[in-house]
Amino acid sequence: MSDPITRPTASPQRESVDPSAVEEKREGILPPGLDRLGERKRARLEQLAQATADKGGVSLVRDAFRRLRRNPTAIFGASIVALFILVAIFAPLLAPHDPAQRFDELTKNLTVDNIPGASSEFPLGSDPLGRDFLSRMIHGSRQTLFVGVLATFIGLALGVLVGAIAGAFGGWVDNILMRFTDVMLALPALLLAISLVAMASRSSQWTVIIAVAIVNVPIFARLLRGSMLAQRESDHVLAARALGVKQGSIVLRHMLPNAMTAVIVQATLTLSTAILEAASLSFLGLGDPDINRAEWGLMLGVDGQRYFEVRPELAYYPAVAIIIVALGFTLLGEGMREAIDPKSRR
Amino acid sequence: MSLLDVRDLTVVFQRRGERPFTAVDKVSFSVEPGQTVGLVGESGCGKSVTSLAIMGLLPRRGNKVTGEVNFDGTDLLKLRPDDLRDRRGRDIGMIFQDPLSSLNPVVPIGIQVAEVLERHRGMDRKAALKEARELLDAVGIPDPNRRLKEYPHQISGGMRQRALIAIALACKPRLLIADEPTTALDVTIQAQILTLLKQLVDETGTALIMITHDLGVVAGLCDTVNVLYGGKVVERAARHELFARPRHPYTHGLLSSVPRLDSPRGERLHAIRGSVADNIPWGEGCAFAPRCDNVVDACLEGTPPLEPTATGGDLRCNNPVSEEVAVP
Repeated sequence: MSDPITRPTASPQRESVDPSAVEEKREGILPPGLDRLGERKRARLEQLAQATADKGGVSLVRDAFRRLRRNPTAIFGASIVALFILVAIFAPLLAPHDPAQRFDELTKNLTVDNIPGASSEFPLGSDPLGRDFLSRMIHGSRQTLFVGVLATFIGLALGVLVGAIAGAFGGWVDNILMRFTDVMLALPALLLAISLVAMASRSSQWTVIIAVAIVNVPIFARLLRGSMLAQRESDHVLAARALGVKQGSIVLRHMLPNAMTAVIVQATLTLSTAILEAASLSFLGLGDPDINRAEWGLMLGVDGQRYFEVRPELAYYPAVAIIIVALGFTLLGEGMREAIDPKSRR
Repeated sequence: MSLLDVRDLTVVFQRRGERPFTAVDKVSFSVEPGQTVGLVGESGCGKSVTSLAIMGLLPRRGNKVTGEVNFDGTDLLKLRPDDLRDRRGRDIGMIFQDPLSSLNPVVPIGIQVAEVLERHRGMDRKAALKEARELLDAVGIPDPNRRLKEYPHQISGGMRQRALIAIALACKPRLLIADEPTTALDVTIQAQILTLLKQLVDETGTALIMITHDLGVVAGLCDTVNVLYGGKVVERAARHELFARPRHPYTHGLLSSVPRLDSPRGERLHAIRGSVADNIPWGEGCAFAPRCDNVVDACLEGTPPLEPTATGGDLRCNNPVSEEVAVP
């Protein structure tokens, strides 16, 4: 494979070897305007050369990253994700009030058919218990990110374990593990998650995380197993075997890293579904029973639904927030898939 | 005693619901220390399968390997998988055809060379990388310090093959198997790689099995040549003998199908008629009979035996090309 992407970086490196020689040659021949243009170009080349000189060219990952940066949809998705993560990290600084505190100014006007709206101190008004709705929205991002990321990572870790074992051993081990994942894949994701949560004696946010994680295990396992099997037949694995490399190193160093790309991309896409699934569970009242915890799914399900006639914003804001974040992760994931997929390389 | 002595090596592919296919049929040959032996033949004649069988790299399922592969007195086919793995890479090295796909794309070159050293010579990472640098230098890779950190897709094809050779020779094996090492390279690089191989083999005293379909490679490198057809050795001879006086009609056909600069203009290139698909099973006669110009009745009555020739080689043919007929 001759990678066209590596070429542009190679040539500036070569030109940077002796910039003074190039300079001398150009001076005098070119008219003054063009000369300045050439100078600017040269400066840019040197800059490029410096950026790539020490690191010894471009790795596959950086290659993919470069393509990702050129994709506007991916950038859009990444910006949403970045904004969301920033809000989540700095939630205590951004939120004007404590999300769990009930304010007298709000509770005194609170009745079954009146929930105080926006005021200068409470920009999004009150929630049904007299708490600051904006603060709860901002803090909700933390919960969403926490549940989504953790569920995805646990699912990824378990899925990689199962998939790697199945793909590395093949044969009956593979058969048993894959029939098991087939069973799990046959059930609708949300239904499976609900049954898993229902099995727990006391629901907490951890039951939600575990349930969502387990739902995603078979997807990762299948994906990794497939590419592991493909790696097993590859020339470089045969070459490694011909060198007497031990089975463990072959699996961990030669097969797994080459098989992981598809799984990593899937993980980004899974972040959005995990967020949606976690929100769905909370919406259905299967999430954390703690009423002080701010969580978008819970806010949408319990408060938003019940008081929809009184103040529909209570439902709109969490719903829109969930949709935007899920969209952000999906766009980023799609962009990553395109960047890594060799078929879309130009 | 020979370094490697292959006796009646047979590989049968058995797939469920299909007729067993004998890819390698009682192949015997031996390699002396420091010697270069060629295995020559067209696609599908069993060259690569022979090398994989020697290394014990054929999947256990679906393949039946019989015979003996005596390496330095031990039968590799009878070794436990773990013991065989210890020998692979340390006693026997192997170079594959496609240098890009034979290198791990996500691991820098240096680590890949170091890995073998760590595995077989018990070096730590630091010492192994230092040694790797010297190895890359020895196979003629310029600026080895930088190449150590680079990934396979960042270096050129010739350099990749050099890196593979460095990896194969890292533990100073006594036998090196090169499976079409120059096929994926262009002609100028081919010449460089062959020169390098020849030089390294001479310097280290490593024996070399050269698997190729390219007679030019054989002419430049091999001491003895085994010509394979349909999974059997059909002719074995010293290099000069083979090129000067090919006896088997197949070898003769191969040599006369090589274009020559001194042939008259306008002369058509000789070709062996038919294709491997025309082969008849060895049990029913000579597999080459349907494509052979010298075919006689005896060729369709059972496998011709491999018999010694007057010039010290072996030949499996009922009606060989007469010694007087030189290559056109």
